[in-house]
Amino acid sequence: MVSSSIREVTILPGRSRSGEPERFEAITIRPGDTISIVGPTGSGKSALINDIEVFARGDTATGRTVLVNGAYPPEEFVRDPAHKPVALITQNTRCLADLSVAEFLSMHVRSRRIADDEIALRTIALANEFTGEPILPDARMTALSGGQTRSLLVADAVMIAAAPIILLDEVENAGIFKERVIEVLRDAGKAVVFVTHDPLVSLLSARRIVMRDGAVDRIIEPDGREIAALREARRLDDILRRMREEIRAGNLITESIGV
Amino acid sequence: MRLVIVAGPPSAGKTAVVRQTIRSLQDRHRIAYLKIDVVRAFEDEELAAEFGIPARSICSGDLCPDHAGVMVMRDAIAWAEEESADLLLVESAGLCLRCSPYTTQGLGVVVLSAVSGTNTPLKMAPMLALADIAVVTRIDLVSQAEKEVFREQIREVNPDLDIVETNAVQGTGMRYLLRAIEDYPPITDPEAITLRGVPPLGVCTVCIGKTEIGWQHHFGVVRRMEGADYLFRGD
Repeated sequence: MVSSSIREVTILPGRSRSGEPERFEAITIRPGDTISIVGPTGSGKSALINDIEVFARGDTATGRTVLVNGAYPPEEFVRDPAHKPVALITQNTRCLADLSVAEFLSMHVRSRRIADDEIALRTIALANEFTGEPILPDARMTALSGGQTRSLLVADAVMIAAAPIILLDEVENAGIFKERVIEVLRDAGKAVVFVTHDPLVSLLSARRIVMRDGAVDRIIEPDGREIAALREARRLDDILRRMREEIRAGNLITESIGV
Repeated sequence: MRLVIVAGPPSAGKTAVVRQTIRSLQDRHRIAYLKIDVVRAFEDEELAAEFGIPARSICSGDLCPDHAGVMVMRDAIAWAEEESADLLLVESAGLCLRCSPYTTQGLGVVVLSAVSGTNTPLKMAPMLALADIAVVTRIDLVSQAEKEVFREQIREVNPDLDIVETNAVQGTGMRYLLRAIEDYPPITDPEAITLRGVPPLGVCTVCIGKTEIGWQHHFGVVRRMEGADYLFRGD
């Protein structure tokens, strides 16, 4: 299997927007890793995951290089989706495929030559663990909400694309159950890289890459030192989630909702 | 000299692909550029100003722009050679999805946008069927599953088509197109260049299936590249 042949992906430094060389030696991503990329808007977060996605070879605006198992990846890793070890879920929460959910997934299954009739339905079932608005097989892809689209594409990346490395660009924007997503990806042994502004997603990641002016500024490994902050972020996230549900349901919130 | 013909529907990102190609290859090649359009074209002036390369455009007016392209292609090759170019990039108007302006002795590049809809590759089947390489642009806007489904539609039209996925504004993924251009054999005999396929039925000699390039081989609506203004105006 392809996924088992990926031991590590290594990012080698490029340049900042003002042309300064980046100051890290190498960033290594291994199966099971959780990494968040943080920094202000326009600091180069998406450009970093795009470099990983295309296996940059000094040929992108950042000048970075991305290696697989310490070497330039073979061409089929980059060009043949069936061999590509990376799946990117973009910020874009609209899918433009003019197909039903079942047709869309079947077409993807067919392109991967997967002989498993049930996999599309299992993908929809997994997606429904990530979103509160159930996705039906007959729904049009274009009619799905942002959260539904994102849930489905994440589930697809796990089940059908079966990529060992998953890149998620601002997963929190779409209103999906982010802790459940992280749990599923971790249990499946995926390496996950989040571009995020979300405190909970950041604190749940084992490593944090801080971006500034198009360059990697710092790499933080909290190593357990943020446990108290994580506990607090979970509590706040839970309060906000419940408030959101109350507001969506049209209720008046007159009492404390916190725990 | 090498010849590259870039076709694709309007707003697919043809000029962005051409711009990245020029940017990456200008150190190693002397590049000339011809834009074929219908009413107005700006790309030639923009690219000439940006890169200082010889660039021209031709507007077909009331004639089918791909037919106009066929008419002027021989003149264009002669012009590019006079400019000592070793690479001629010809960009189509991208008006009609039925046309397939690729010729022999030249690399056929079709540009499609990843956000243009699932059935687009099927709708523009003739443009895909005779191309050598498909460049899928705006790939940064779609997720992995969408990319693969779009790819599957391209493969349905032409299973052998080489597919390059790119964000042409950033230039990501372009290296495979650049390699295909540089690996393509140069023109050996301009006189022998023909269209790869027969264009749709119409009223000029190109329309009726004469595939030789150059006005010398045609009759009826015949114009030279020099002083053509609009290549043809209906009465």
